[in-house]
Amino acid sequence: MKKKVLFSLRSPYREQLDIIGFCFGSGRKTAAIVGAMRGNEVQQMFVCSRMVQELKKLEAQGKITDGCEIMVIPCVNYYSMNIGKRFWAMDNTDINRMFPGYDLGETTQRIADGLFSQIKDFEYGIQLASFYQPGNFLPHVKMMDTGFNDPKLMKDFGLEFGLIRKPRPYDTTTLNYNWQVWETKAFSVYANATEDIDEDAADDAVYSILRFLDKHKAVNTTTPLGYNTKIINEANTMQIRSEHAGIFKSLIEIGKRVDKGDVLGVITDPLDGELISEIKSTVSGTVYFEYHDPLINSNTVCFKIIK
Amino acid sequence: MNITVASAALAVNEKLNIKKRRIKNGKSKTRLSLVTGTHGDELEGQYLAYMVGSYIDEHIDLLDGIVDIYPALNPMGIDSITRGIPMFDLDMNRIFPGSKNGTMAEVICSAIADDLAGSDICIDVHSSNIFLREIPQIRMSVPTAETLLSYAEMMNVDLVWIHESATVLESTLAHTLNTRGTKTLVVEMGVGMRITKQYCDQLFDGVFNLMKELGMWKGETAFVRTPIISQGREVGFVNSDAAGIFVPCAAFGDTVKKGDHIGDVVDPLTSAVVEKVEAVCDGMLFTLREYPVVYGGSLLARILQPGVSGGGEK
Repeated sequence: MKKKVLFSLRSPYREQLDIIGFCFGSGRKTAAIVGAMRGNEVQQMFVCSRMVQELKKLEAQGKITDGCEIMVIPCVNYYSMNIGKRFWAMDNTDINRMFPGYDLGETTQRIADGLFSQIKDFEYGIQLASFYQPGNFLPHVKMMDTGFNDPKLMKDFGLEFGLIRKPRPYDTTTLNYNWQVWETKAFSVYANATEDIDEDAADDAVYSILRFLDKHKAVNTTTPLGYNTKIINEANTMQIRSEHAGIFKSLIEIGKRVDKGDVLGVITDPLDGELISEIKSTVSGTVYFEYHDPLINSNTVCFKIIK
Repeated sequence: MNITVASAALAVNEKLNIKKRRIKNGKSKTRLSLVTGTHGDELEGQYLAYMVGSYIDEHIDLLDGIVDIYPALNPMGIDSITRGIPMFDLDMNRIFPGSKNGTMAEVICSAIADDLAGSDICIDVHSSNIFLREIPQIRMSVPTAETLLSYAEMMNVDLVWIHESATVLESTLAHTLNTRGTKTLVVEMGVGMRITKQYCDQLFDGVFNLMKELGMWKGETAFVRTPIISQGREVGFVNSDAAGIFVPCAAFGDTVKKGDHIGDVVDPLTSAVVEKVEAVCDGMLFTLREYPVVYGGSLLARILQPGVSGGGEK
């Protein structure tokens, strides 16, 4: 394993920011795995740290394929992580909305450029992603439908579901989108949590990435048997939104099958405790996202269901 | 007449309400919408909204048409000094046109866009953020310039910046409205978290001049300046390479020559000048950094010179 500083940025008042990459094997740039780009993506960093451990063992056993390089970047934005902010500490910009970056541009554009210049030539790109709302996801893999990528590749992760997302204008500055534009086959892996560590979900994510790397002959390893991944267009999943606001309680666990009409959660009045609404499923299917916060506004996505 | 354009229930005993004020007089149905407060740290438009509304109130007989004033598209942001919508990741001006079946922010944006659509003209007032000061200017993309430029020239701004279009900007309010046929001008002026009365006065004259040109205002209006048009000119960007404290020595609006000393980045610990900042081209300093702390990459200034234009909408 080689530990490399991929990009450095000097701060007026703090120690220099060094983006660290852990490199395994050498030769063809095969897979880059990127963890936390936001300061609250602790689970995403944790999954990458676990990947570093697994790849170290494989390397020691000679099970990284000759001529293949795998790079893991656990944490891009630890400046924000260390002060409890999600976005860039100085100006609140999101590094994951700055790709492909610009070396003469603003600070987060320079960080994005510094990172992207090191990872854009890999054949496969895997980002540990988080959702903008507090919540838990069934581990799954997602890719953007840019026309550059074959969705069937998602099956090689062996997760239960693979989702295809049609990009919106604001997606065009994300790492995943730009990776694809630069002809890297790019995937987002969701490992349930964000600010908390979920070790079981982290295991699932690590095994899925190892399974993918094994399938593509970058490593030689054995992992628990995966799923026969169901590939679904995200537009065909059902989002269940809150019609009211108040205190939210989920009555269902992610991964459970539900029928149309089942009560998934309840909202109660935060002041007098009266039941305001029952949140019912409008379809039958598997719950793959659950909102996770005691307070909820109206029109908030509280469950996502794969029909 | 105050009207609630969009409303959503918040978790505890409160609603998020987006309001507008409609001022109407005469027979004409010509409608001008003045909209601001998309970014919670941009306050210049707050005073302009007050000025326009109060002046019309005092001279209501001179109005022939409808003026809709939307002072705060992001009221929770303004109330909490938060640029975006509090507890929401995306910039509000990156999720238009929104969706009737989307998240709370998307539903709100959809209702706002629907309400504004159909205005004869819309003025979307932004300040800069807290980091930069901007001269009063109107920004538009190349494809919209043919339609919008003549209106922008009526607005008493110093600059009209015509920039290349970018996919990410397709989710702005202005793009949404212009696509729907509602002519929308994006004004940028001043600095975040402050009100620059001089610029509000300048835009005030521009708004009434525009209303007069549209046949909505029968009163006298002030003489308006002719803006510099960026088309055919180049914009030079001056970014810091060092980290430290930026202290300008050139003034906002100055005309500079390439290589002129415009400021220093200094290190308060070592008392060293870590970067001598120079103009990257000849031209006018139309953007100057206001917030002193800088990292490598922090934008320090923009300079308008002859050449090819670039840039972007807020």
